[in-house]
Amino acid sequence: MSEDEPTNVQTPPAPPPQPAGQEPLAAPPKESVGKAVATGFKEAFAPIYRFLDLIGGHLILIGKALVWLPRRPFRGQTYLEAAEYIGFGSLPIVLLVGAATGMVLSLQSVNAFRQFGLESFAGGTTGKAIALELGPVLTSLILAGRAGAGIATELGTMRITEQIDALESMAVNPHQYLVLPRIMAAMIVTPILTLLFFVIGMGGAYISAVLIEHVDQGQWIANLQNIVHPMDVVQGFIKAIFFGFLVATVGCYQGYHATGGGRGVGIGTTRAVVIASVTTVVMDYFLSDILLSIFPTVRGGP
Amino acid sequence: MSGEIIGDSPPDQKDPRWHIRVRSLTKSFGPNLVLDHVDLDLERGKVNVILGASGAGKSVLIKHFMCLLRPDSGHIYIDGTDVLSLNTQELATFRRKFGLVFQFAALFDSLTVEENCAFPLKEHTTKSKSEIHDIVADRLGALGLANTQKKYPGELSGGMRKRVGLARALVLEPEILMYDEPTTGLDPLATRNVDEMILDAGERYKVTSVVISHDMASVFRIADRIAMLHNKRILEAGPAEVIAASADPYVYEFLRASGVSAIHKLAGGEA
Repeated sequence: MSEDEPTNVQTPPAPPPQPAGQEPLAAPPKESVGKAVATGFKEAFAPIYRFLDLIGGHLILIGKALVWLPRRPFRGQTYLEAAEYIGFGSLPIVLLVGAATGMVLSLQSVNAFRQFGLESFAGGTTGKAIALELGPVLTSLILAGRAGAGIATELGTMRITEQIDALESMAVNPHQYLVLPRIMAAMIVTPILTLLFFVIGMGGAYISAVLIEHVDQGQWIANLQNIVHPMDVVQGFIKAIFFGFLVATVGCYQGYHATGGGRGVGIGTTRAVVIASVTTVVMDYFLSDILLSIFPTVRGGP
Repeated sequence: MSGEIIGDSPPDQKDPRWHIRVRSLTKSFGPNLVLDHVDLDLERGKVNVILGASGAGKSVLIKHFMCLLRPDSGHIYIDGTDVLSLNTQELATFRRKFGLVFQFAALFDSLTVEENCAFPLKEHTTKSKSEIHDIVADRLGALGLANTQKKYPGELSGGMRKRVGLARALVLEPEILMYDEPTTGLDPLATRNVDEMILDAGERYKVTSVVISHDMASVFRIADRIAMLHNKRILEAGPAEVIAASADPYVYEFLRASGVSAIHKLAGGEA
């Protein structure tokens, strides 16, 4: 490695000789009991570490994206494109699922309530269920399967083909350019989709109950108005904002951190759908509890 | 003339000869040490090639130059500026000095060739649409890509994609152009075209070129200066002739394994 230097010229002080090869140790050091116990603990709690690591990773991604919100350049186009992909692209399937859900829920409610002669209550119960739970949750699950997977695949492919590195090399922040627009767009379009889900779901419920099952229209509507409070719809709307945020964030995280070629992208996409779906359902319970305590008029209201 | 790995002048001052100066750069991924106290200087306005086996950490090294990766320790000075001391805002401005041509071009596949090349201009300049169009047409024309403007990257061949990648890297008139394995996966003629393109871009736009490669035929066609990365450090660095005549067993083996006659000629000339 060293070069032969001519001896008759002034040379800068030679660097200290490099420790080219450390002398190999005679025997591997014995592992102490303490260390072994520590390793055991570490391995036993590894799933918890990984879980915390995952949460931390998501929070960091969110933080890095959100700090760009007030900063230039704003690039409205990227937000519109994301909203178009997540929102408009998911509209047909959301409407279809909404109508079908409304109809079948109404059908079952009418038949269940009919035993007591209370079938006109079906509109109210269906409306309450869709506004509060089914609208936001099913919309979120649809988005997890469609938009969340799409985001994860797109970003994952960009990651493994170095397109994200290319963005950075061109001094464009990928969190600002790729992540933020998707998260913001999802937070805006998911509540809108949820509202549409509710509207079309109630349309389906009306068709099923009044037109097919011949429930009295006046009673059906009166009960609907009595039971479903406007705040129920608002609650669903608020939940949908959180769900949209969740689906887009998970999709972005799994795509952004994809490694290992096509298989890695596939794994990321699968994870995005599974994590977003499961978290939606779990988060729904806690969000419901919090929202019910914020809007007490709805809890056991008149 | 011996192969000097680094120059004498202090790295934190602008030096007329040395453009990029790496000092004691260490980087590991988890338990995997990739670069271990790497020292290296790269010459201004020349074609600097970083040689090394696959997985030796060449890409990792050049990604540090523009802070796409952050080292565990060490410094990188570009024109005397310590890259690691820059904040996000300064770094964004600073990165415009660089053009990076990726191994597989890394073109945005949702954009056309023209939009790909216009992207950095739209992001970083206030030029009008027609000005941007002219610049892009000029760069694409110079690289023989005049009729590809409206095509998508998926419709181009590997060599063409690399040229589009170069055109995109050139639109902002960078001072340093970095090529990540530019000839990997190309046939010999396409390889020669890419080599000529690298030399031509270097001359025409007066840039410092940094090429990472293990394609010896290509390396000895283009290199002014070669640095050999081996075993997590720079094993040897110097003018192409010096490296070609190197007595280091690993370098000797690495060069001879390719069987490129140009090396023998160069080596014979030096010895």
